[in-house]
Amino acid sequence: MKLSSPMEIWKYLPGTNCGECGEKTCLAFASHLKERSTRLEECTPLFEDEKYADKGKQLAELLAPEIREIEIGVGARAAKIGGEDVMYRHELTFYNRTALAYDVWDTMEEGELRERVSRITNWRKFYVGEFLTLDAIAVRSVSGDAQTFAACVKAVAEETDLPLVLCSFDAKVLEEGLKVVPDKNPLLYAADKTNWKEVLELVKSYKVPVTLFSPDLDMLNSLALTFSSAGVEDIVLDPGVSPAGEGLADTFSKFVRVRRVGIEEGDKEVAYPLMSVPMTAWMIHGDALDASYWEAVLAAMGIIKYADIMILHSIEPHSLIAERTLVENIYTDPRRPVSVEPGLREVGTPTGHSPLFLTTNFALTYYTVESDLNSNKIDSYLIVVDSEGIGVEAAVAGEQLTAERIKETLESYEAENKVEHKTLVIPGLAARLSGETEDVTSWNVLVGPRDSGRIPGWMDDNWPPK
Amino acid sequence: MEKKLTLADLAKILEQYDVVELEDITIKGEVELELGSSAGLALPPALAQALQSLMGAREMPGAFEAKRIEALLPATFKVAKAEWTGEIEEVTLGATSADGGTRERTVTIGGEKSLPFYNFDAQMPYPPVISVDCFDMPIPLAKAVREYYGDVMEDPGEWAKKNVREFGADMVTIHLISTDPTIKDTPARAAAKTVEEVLQAVKVPIVIGGSGNPDKDPEVLEAAAEAAEGERCLIASANLNMDYERIAKAALKHGHVILSWTQLDINAQKTLNRYLFKLGVPREDIVIDPTTAALGYGLDYAFTNIERMRISALKGDTDLAFPISCGITNAWGAREAWMKDSPGKEDSDWGPAAYRGLMYEIITGLTLGLAGGDMFMMMHPNAASTVKKVTQTLFGAKVKEDKAKKVAIEDWVTWDAEVGASKK
Ligand code: SF4
Repeated sequence: MKLSSPMEIWKYLPGTNCGECGEKTCLAFASHLKERSTRLEECTPLFEDEKYADKGKQLAELLAPEIREIEIGVGARAAKIGGEDVMYRHELTFYNRTALAYDVWDTMEEGELRERVSRITNWRKFYVGEFLTLDAIAVRSVSGDAQTFAACVKAVAEETDLPLVLCSFDAKVLEEGLKVVPDKNPLLYAADKTNWKEVLELVKSYKVPVTLFSPDLDMLNSLALTFSSAGVEDIVLDPGVSPAGEGLADTFSKFVRVRRVGIEEGDKEVAYPLMSVPMTAWMIHGDALDASYWEAVLAAMGIIKYADIMILHSIEPHSLIAERTLVENIYTDPRRPVSVEPGLREVGTPTGHSPLFLTTNFALTYYTVESDLNSNKIDSYLIVVDSEGIGVEAAVAGEQLTAERIKETLESYEAENKVEHKTLVIPGLAARLSGETEDVTSWNVLVGPRDSGRIPGWMDDNWPPK
Repeated sequence: MEKKLTLADLAKILEQYDVVELEDITIKGEVELELGSSAGLALPPALAQALQSLMGAREMPGAFEAKRIEALLPATFKVAKAEWTGEIEEVTLGATSADGGTRERTVTIGGEKSLPFYNFDAQMPYPPVISVDCFDMPIPLAKAVREYYGDVMEDPGEWAKKNVREFGADMVTIHLISTDPTIKDTPARAAAKTVEEVLQAVKVPIVIGGSGNPDKDPEVLEAAAEAAEGERCLIASANLNMDYERIAKAALKHGHVILSWTQLDINAQKTLNRYLFKLGVPREDIVIDPTTAALGYGLDYAFTNIERMRISALKGDTDLAFPISCGITNAWGAREAWMKDSPGKEDSDWGPAAYRGLMYEIITGLTLGLAGGDMFMMMHPNAASTVKKVTQTLFGAKVKEDKAKKVAIEDWVTWDAEVGASKK
């Protein structure tokens, strides 16, 4: 974005404070634009009224993110990548999370292929109130045969609605693959210094996004310039991932420097989403487990330092859980509130004999406990103490969770009227508060498990109370 | 053959280059422009090349085939270096006999003038170091970790030795957790003896950690500091919730480095550091611990908190310009690191817990290393060695055998999973 304050943005808006955008004033709307928390299209007069048309067009250009945003795939699971405006997440937020693409290849036996595609497509893990899923499937041409590749792409497309990345350096192979999924907007991988002419033709006739590959940054820049001059703008850049040694240090440096040129120096020639390929780890490891760890190491580097899409091989749970969780952590909007409202919640259909659990209002803690109770079908009450958005262990240490505050919370939400047993279950990590809490509240206090995932087993031994 | 370009064609191309006006050229009416050897034309080289290529590519007269390019447009990738004004303090841990201690080697951290591993801006002076944990009593450990330490848990000296001999630890951290009144309430004197044992058992620099009990720690760490006189240990830690003054003074008096610990709060960290300055603690005797949270459990806050501190320091905020220590062992608090199965019934299979725990510790460590961590306190030997390997690589340490040099990196496209790595 080229404008540095809401005032600068405001100059391009109609200035009528008409309220169409849902904001009371144009200036308020401008602040949202600056924070990227609304879309310019919400200001309808800007586009409907002839007299604002010029300014609208100018503003759209000035507001465009430094790194081009492109979309791969179609439909509900299409993935947006790029669109970044900052080098450090605390300066605003990272915008489109790194898309994780897991591979399949055209020499796989069909049953295995379909099984793997469906595992990637349907994988999910609950995290802070929602399910994490994976983003794309990379289809590799190992056979080098165009028909074999096309058959593989066909099978994959039948099995998934995820975006595809079609991978081969042979333009003929890519074309046969494209013919199978011409309307699915797959990302092509890749054009390089030898095949670029043929791939460019393909990209122009099929109108699909394309990856440009070169470990030589001058060549990468040259490829990008050539493609954009030919009118191709949906570009992804792959500077190559060397899996170890000096090459790896160099890889790290390339990702940082290319992104720096795009964002800090405002140079449009290489201001495109970046691709990283951690699966190169597999080419230097004999052991699958070792390879999966090193692949995750390369993935973590990419997730943190500027990869917008990456291609990975291990779909073992330890890889998927760690990689996808890290993406979520790095791409979460740091401006998002860390706390939920304190209060007394019901899980399922509790009665006067159901347990009353206590937790803090740190969003992560709250959603974890709530989902553990819910998914194990434990009808219960959950009382949420205002710990200033701090988790249990730290809040006990920092005295944001105290016996006094527990007492106030029980009283203000009238817990007494909900349960007949007058028994409160506190988190295991707050065990040291149990005596004092009994003293100040005159409730019975039970110490629950240290991790709410163990509540079901704990219930077997401890509920109802003796 | 003569190549010709109409004015309309030219306008379209110029638009792509954001050129609104050509200097010294006036074009009127529907003219044709010859580019062949028009030396007087002041066009940017890339544009000239594009025009050339376009003209060369024109086959059908009339219809504009702008998008055909015969040769790659030349380009040079250029990027500026980041210039920072600040510099991180250099801190040396451990003292050899030359400096009144008994360590065989010392460890130096800090000294950065750029972001971690940004050697293209300024070479990082020292690689991050790893201190492997041991405890003064047997503690509940995840199964994946217990496997390595089961035989030494009763003996902190043996435990420390194993960390160095078998697991290649740069340093060892002894956590005096049994001193907590709610655990064993081990007296400070006994804790000091444990520290002596560890110092006898290993010759690397050590970290002395309390139990985290704010009332007891000052007394325990004071006794430990005295027992370790002159060894330049890292005393962990002083924080705002306790009598940090007593700990800082003990560290000062007995020749140690102090770990200044705050909870994910940049202002609190500045405040505590300033208090330490006031007490006369020299800058080269301070390491900071801005708090580590595990992958999935607040790692985003820990990452950004450390990254912000490091950037502030490089921009010149001397209150924050200290090496950063990270308690990566916290990763084992994540349920994914140890729990057998997902407690959520709708999750996909979690696979073996042992694989996850190791992964969580590795990723938490590397993430905070990329934020600015200089020192990692770790638990699982393989996590420690993996984080060491990647940080050494990024630091630029020479390796004996660079396997990656033997592979063409683009070959992953045709890599055959069946023969590439042993299948599980
Ligand atoms: S819709 Fe546009 S003109 Fe109306 S208040 Fe919003 S910003 Fe202003």
